[in-house]
Amino acid sequence: MMEAVILATILAIFATMAFGVWRAIQGPSVYDTIVGVNVVGTKTVLLIALITHFTGHADLIDVALVYALINFIAVVAILKLVRRGDLAASGEGSHD
Amino acid sequence: MTEGILDVASALMLLGGGTFAVIGGLGLVRFPDIYTRLHAGGITDTLAPLLIIGGLLLQSGISVLSFKLLLILLFLLFTTPTASHATARAAIAAGLKPVTHEDSAASGGPSSST
Repeated sequence: MMEAVILATILAIFATMAFGVWRAIQGPSVYDTIVGVNVVGTKTVLLIALITHFTGHADLIDVALVYALINFIAVVAILKLVRRGDLAASGEGSHD
Repeated sequence: MTEGILDVASALMLLGGGTFAVIGGLGLVRFPDIYTRLHAGGITDTLAPLLIIGGLLLQSGISVLSFKLLLILLFLLFTTPTASHATARAAIAAGLKPVTHEDSAASGGPSSST
């Protein structure tokens, strides 16, 4: 029974990822793309955790742990790149 | 007996998390502007991990696996609201205006009052 429940949850996560990818491709502004990519990244972490329990390979959970960290850093770095046009900009001089 | 109750609670949490994820994804597609899409994305980024990883925790018992799952849940609960807030702040700083009720009324009618 639990395998069926986990499989249904995996399919729901795949549907959500499809919505996120659609928004990332379609989005009128670059921030819509960032929101879509952020949702897809978070859902990937959940997907890896679910696959860990579905297949029984407990080592895969480390991949999810690292992906959760990389996802946040990537979103913040992309936001800074879009805003300043340069990842090495100091941020001084333009206070918002 | 106890394991049966744990399985049922875990299944309910997993299915609830999947449902919330799909609802948030639908909001991400259907909502009209960036701020409402951020609202939908933020909901599905915090509530779905809480329910799904909670459901998986109930199945894995006390082990290294459940400790790592708790660590993932902690990271996600700290980082996804921060990312949503940073995105909203960057969108406001870039000059994107939220769609308000007056905008939709003005675009629907022939004349705008403001």
